[in-house]
Amino acid sequence: MDAAVLVAKGASLVLRRLGLGGGTALPGLLALRLDPGLVPRLAAGLGQGAVLVTGTNGKTTTARLLTGMARQAGLRTVANAAGSNLVRGIAAALCQAAGADGRLAEAPRRLGVFEVDEATLPEAVALLSPRVVVFLNLFRDQLDRYGEVDHVAVVWRRSLAALGSGASLVLNADDPAVASLAHAARGPVLFYGLAPGPHCLPAPEHAADARWCPSCAGELAYECVHYAHLGLWRCPECGLSRPTPQLEGFLGGRGLGLRLPDGDQRVLPLPMEGTYAAYDTMAAVGAALALGLPWSAMEQGVAAFGGAFGRQERLTVQGRQVQVVLAKNPAGLNQVLRTLCRKPPPLRLALFLNDGLADGRDVSWIWDVDFELLSGRVEWVVASGSRAEDLALRLHYARLGGELAVEPRPVAALRLAIGRTPPGGTLQVLPTYTALLRVREVLARWAGSRPFWEDGAL
Amino acid sequence: MRLRLSWLYPRHMNIYGDRGNIIVLRERCAARGIELEVEELGPGDPLDPVRYDIYFLGGAQDREQRLVACDLVAQKGPALREAVEDGAVVLAVCGGYQLLGRFYRTAEGEELPGLGLFDAWTVHPGPGVRRFIGNVAVSWERGTLVGFENHGGRTYLGPGARPLGRVLAGYGNNGEDGGEGAVYRNAFGTYLHGPLLPKNPHLADHLISLAIARRYGEVPLPPLDDALAWSAHRRALRLARRRPILMRWARALGGALPWPRNR
Repeated sequence: MDAAVLVAKGASLVLRRLGLGGGTALPGLLALRLDPGLVPRLAAGLGQGAVLVTGTNGKTTTARLLTGMARQAGLRTVANAAGSNLVRGIAAALCQAAGADGRLAEAPRRLGVFEVDEATLPEAVALLSPRVVVFLNLFRDQLDRYGEVDHVAVVWRRSLAALGSGASLVLNADDPAVASLAHAARGPVLFYGLAPGPHCLPAPEHAADARWCPSCAGELAYECVHYAHLGLWRCPECGLSRPTPQLEGFLGGRGLGLRLPDGDQRVLPLPMEGTYAAYDTMAAVGAALALGLPWSAMEQGVAAFGGAFGRQERLTVQGRQVQVVLAKNPAGLNQVLRTLCRKPPPLRLALFLNDGLADGRDVSWIWDVDFELLSGRVEWVVASGSRAEDLALRLHYARLGGELAVEPRPVAALRLAIGRTPPGGTLQVLPTYTALLRVREVLARWAGSRPFWEDGAL
Repeated sequence: MRLRLSWLYPRHMNIYGDRGNIIVLRERCAARGIELEVEELGPGDPLDPVRYDIYFLGGAQDREQRLVACDLVAQKGPALREAVEDGAVVLAVCGGYQLLGRFYRTAEGEELPGLGLFDAWTVHPGPGVRRFIGNVAVSWERGTLVGFENHGGRTYLGPGARPLGRVLAGYGNNGEDGGEGAVYRNAFGTYLHGPLLPKNPHLADHLISLAIARRYGEVPLPPLDDALAWSAHRRALRLARRRPILMRWARALGGALPWPRNR
């Protein structure tokens, strides 16, 4: 019997029975209080080791894709699939997977796939001694929590020093802040990147952060920008440039074309819309390659992908199509807006802006979002959340056209938005992180679908 | 009518929503039939002291602040000082505010020269010391101002500068003397972002009025429908005043909090 694991399992059961959510964090917190050494002890039973996925945007989707691939390869996964990405979430996932005796069944086939909060990475590396670490991107996000963006890059570099030389890094070559981590790597590095294509933008978006050379601080020049500051970058002053990716992606045809490190050309279906979906898919393929999974497993894993929690989920509510997309920082929301621009107007939108601890208490970031992209394409917008007025004010100054309604209460806002959407019509719902939890719960109830913690990925 | 705004170092100093101030000035001018022309000036670009009515400087990380400090003091400094003495309007937020003081001593003890437009100086007490982060409310001579502050540096004013306002909730310049921001002639420095102007339309209009008066003489600005702005203002004011309770609650949670403690 393992007291800490039993307490976590019990707490999780009670929380779900009481309808208090998925029990993805608090049980882990309790178990860690009882046994601070819980994570390394349980993780020792991961016969296939652990993969960590970190970065500002795309963690949940990438980890989900990789989990699917690993399962297709016959592995049993342990994952914090609902996005609870601090140590407590990892602990909760391990407790959930363990038996009452505190052991993981079928240990030799067990692989941990954990998404990790940017600032939690050093702790996660120390606790889990990962086999592979995937770095996705670094954007401005929750500056009230992380301090400056540069601070996160420093924390990441420091955490690499604690990695064993056997650990592989999977790095996004197109993000200068991520690519430069290769200099601190002690083990093998696999770069992934996207080839230029018709989707390219002429210059970095307003919200771009890594405009400066990681080596000499000169201003970077771009041959092509995929989004934000991701692209084919080069420093005119010191000559540092985007590393040549061993795994290269091509957009433009159907799906995502891939050139694998051995030179093979393959095509994968894109699991979601948007350039960022291509990046998440490449990152998952890169991690799968580092793990030595067969191609067939990667292909089947992507094909079987049902969407991650709140990442472009589609539901049918009272005869209306409702699409829910998490939007929590400028780089991510700009990508979502560009995707919306490709849909036939007029758009019906329900936006939710919360300022909870997990969202960031500072809501200034909405002014870095290019809402002006939607100008003339909007039939109406409902602004909601604990900072609904701030959001409405931003939308007012963006001169979107269309009607603007302010309803801070989330349930009333959803009711209003669904009521105004004609049957058969589509409603786009864009919440921040804590708003997503509430919105998803309400919509799932109205749609009669399962709550997120029963998605079966744990 | 036409006004010209110079946005100084927009690529280096644009942290977290600062461009909201520009959007608001431009839109509020446009609503009164005034064209606001915005020109971006980076390091190395010459500054013509008679060309602009309004200057804007945003916030920055320490790294970018270092990159522009020399250019501001050595190259654009004399022209900007001349413009301010002539009554030009300046709005400088956070890092930009710090650069207009006499110096900024970074967390590592390095001293960055400032323009000395404000009789003020800023000291970062070190990487281990708590940043001032949170909603903030200030009593200003024309009403309350609301915003969000996030700064490690502590700013102190000498006798030649006066604070923009008194802190009602939050930290302000240094968390000690109750002052927030600095004013010299028509130059305004402040730690309030959020961004500052959208939720404080009275300050936005005050800046526009000062700029118009200097170029065209006194012209009253027709009022705009600011119901949305004021409801966001009131919400932020409530949040700022609620913070002491929140902080107590956060401290009670103790070690369970996710953020790194050493910044």
